[in-house]
Amino acid sequence: MAKKLMKGNEAIGEAAICAGALNYFAYPITPQSEVAEYLCWRLPEVGGAFVQAESEVAVGNMLFGAACSGKRVFTTSSSPGISLMQEAISYMSGAHLPVVLINIMRGGPGLGGILPAQSDYFQATKGGGHGDYHVLVLAPASVQEAVDLTILAFDLADKYRTPVMLIGDAMIGQMMESVEFPEKHREQNDPNASDWALNGAKDRKSRIIKSLYLDPNQLDENSFKLADTYDVIGEKEIRYELYNISEKNRLLVTSYGTMSRIIQTAIDEIGEEEGISVGLLRPITLYPFPEQPIYDEAIKPNIEKVLSIEMSVGQMVEDVERCVRGKKPVEFSGRTGGIVPTPDDVKGYFRKALGIEK
Amino acid sequence: MMLENNEDIMINDATTIFKRPESLNETVTHYCPGCTHGIIHRMVAESLDELNLRERAVGVAPVGCSVFIYNYFNCDFMEAPHGRAPALATGFKRTRPDMICFTYQGDGDLASIGMGEIVHAANRGEKITVIFVNNAIYGMTGGQMAPTTMPGQKTTTSPAGRDTSLAGYPIRMAELLASLRTPSFIARCSTQTPMHIVAAKKIIKKAFRLQKEEKCFSLVEVLSTCPTNWGITPCDATNWVAENMEPYYKLGIYKDPEREEG
Amino acid sequence: MPGVRIDKNYCKGCELCVRACPMQILKMSKDINLKGYFYATLAEPSKCIGCQICAITCPDVAIEVHTHGTQFVLFEY
Repeated sequence: MAKKLMKGNEAIGEAAICAGALNYFAYPITPQSEVAEYLCWRLPEVGGAFVQAESEVAVGNMLFGAACSGKRVFTTSSSPGISLMQEAISYMSGAHLPVVLINIMRGGPGLGGILPAQSDYFQATKGGGHGDYHVLVLAPASVQEAVDLTILAFDLADKYRTPVMLIGDAMIGQMMESVEFPEKHREQNDPNASDWALNGAKDRKSRIIKSLYLDPNQLDENSFKLADTYDVIGEKEIRYELYNISEKNRLLVTSYGTMSRIIQTAIDEIGEEEGISVGLLRPITLYPFPEQPIYDEAIKPNIEKVLSIEMSVGQMVEDVERCVRGKKPVEFSGRTGGIVPTPDDVKGYFRKALGIEK
Repeated sequence: MMLENNEDIMINDATTIFKRPESLNETVTHYCPGCTHGIIHRMVAESLDELNLRERAVGVAPVGCSVFIYNYFNCDFMEAPHGRAPALATGFKRTRPDMICFTYQGDGDLASIGMGEIVHAANRGEKITVIFVNNAIYGMTGGQMAPTTMPGQKTTTSPAGRDTSLAGYPIRMAELLASLRTPSFIARCSTQTPMHIVAAKKIIKKAFRLQKEEKCFSLVEVLSTCPTNWGITPCDATNWVAENMEPYYKLGIYKDPEREEG
Repeated sequence: MPGVRIDKNYCKGCELCVRACPMQILKMSKDINLKGYFYATLAEPSKCIGCQICAITCPDVAIEVHTHGTQFVLFEY
């Protein structure tokens, strides 16, 4: 299929359709309303269902009901809206339902701002709702990767029967890049082929999809079943990317999403202009977190320091610190509020971390 | 022929003219003695049987005394967070319009925390059936005030009686939803006497028939008792409905797409 | 000839059927069932008219109604 120049938000919508996910429930919120504006006419074209709900609370719960059908369902929202969905996400996790949620992050907390930020890392990876659960979290860094990871998200959701969250940011949602979609659209799931979906108690015992277990043994069992699933996901689904890793690296930078692309430019420039070698490890799955790869890179003798650069006041850095196990100093640099650090800003962070005056 | 005791009453060649519907499991429920949930469950189950819907029906369970409704019905069920059942039903029905989706909710679930979800599901005209059990109190959590509690009614959070200057007046959901422009079937019935139950059954069955015919959104509000939290016997509780609830929550069909057509 | 069968272990002793019966032939037993409830019984079976009002009002679907031969249907249910 030919490359198209598309806005990130719209490309994500089209990617879901490619994955055979034709059931979308959403509420407008900047900076991702374009997804709904695109899908409201595109989904009827492919026989899908589109509902603009009355709130994100309703969206989360519509996803819950729709997911019980066994068909692929998804939503897109932004930080404050994702907060409202936490109840439903907790319930869907407890009920082992596949669903894809896409958070186009904006500044927070509270009403915050409408520009890009990476302040929802804790919310996404530590379980924003109540109970013992996690959602699988994927973080694209380009519009093409957003398309690829959206399609992957549906496969993972169905495979593990768990909610999967894709976190982009306003930059990815709003910018236009050239993007390629798969040749053929995947067919929708057949609800009658499912062994768990609610497809009507005909010639079989009735099925109940629930998360209530008043018997503590049963609730313990359900929670550990979830924990076991996350362990399996942790063994099989960790994804990350390395950039400019070499023995000349003095600094190991960790970063995800849009921020990582700016860092790549800064790495190239500082290497060329000042002869300083910096390597980047970019987690693609934020949950499960690439714990071992970070440790393996950090303990290399040439690495003086590990620096986490995020568009927040420092969230992923806590996980990086944990993974480095005290073997090297770990620091944070970044801005938030919608500020996107420039390559020059980032070079300043590198120098600061290495104690170099310009 | 004298029949001695009711253990041996089954006579050869007798025709059973009333028995447990197939859509209702053979389980003893956890409901209190005299709780009208049992009657309403049976009427819903009878409707599913009589309209031949059981095998393609999916119910949405609420949070409240009837949280375990999924154990009592012989059809697929999903359990919703408190108040959200109409949203779950919306999502499911939009994805599977060929199936029958119904919710079953109490006062807190539908008229308090779920107010947003029910108004919008009704307004969008989702082709679902909602059974709203109104017993003017929060049963499961031990008898607190509900949006439907009567003025002066004593509950654990209104021990001196509902004070309308602080808590406002009870909300009449049937009237509220009937005020929406979107065509729907909105009705209120009661369980206070057997004849009221007979009338209620007709309304509940119609609400399911309309979904089978893909016509519109249906909500049936059923005036019900809560003997335990009202602190009176089941028989006295039905009288309480007649004396205190029915004058305020008037019975009747508030909106009927079949009436509008004619 | 109509009659009812009350499953005593479903009965919770709410007495709605006793009040509802137009022939007033349902009475609460002096014995208790497995759960400790006094349960409803058909005290005068020969007077049962098979109206089904007791079964319709029972919240626990504890009552089955049967008949033998001609049966008047008093109302549609």
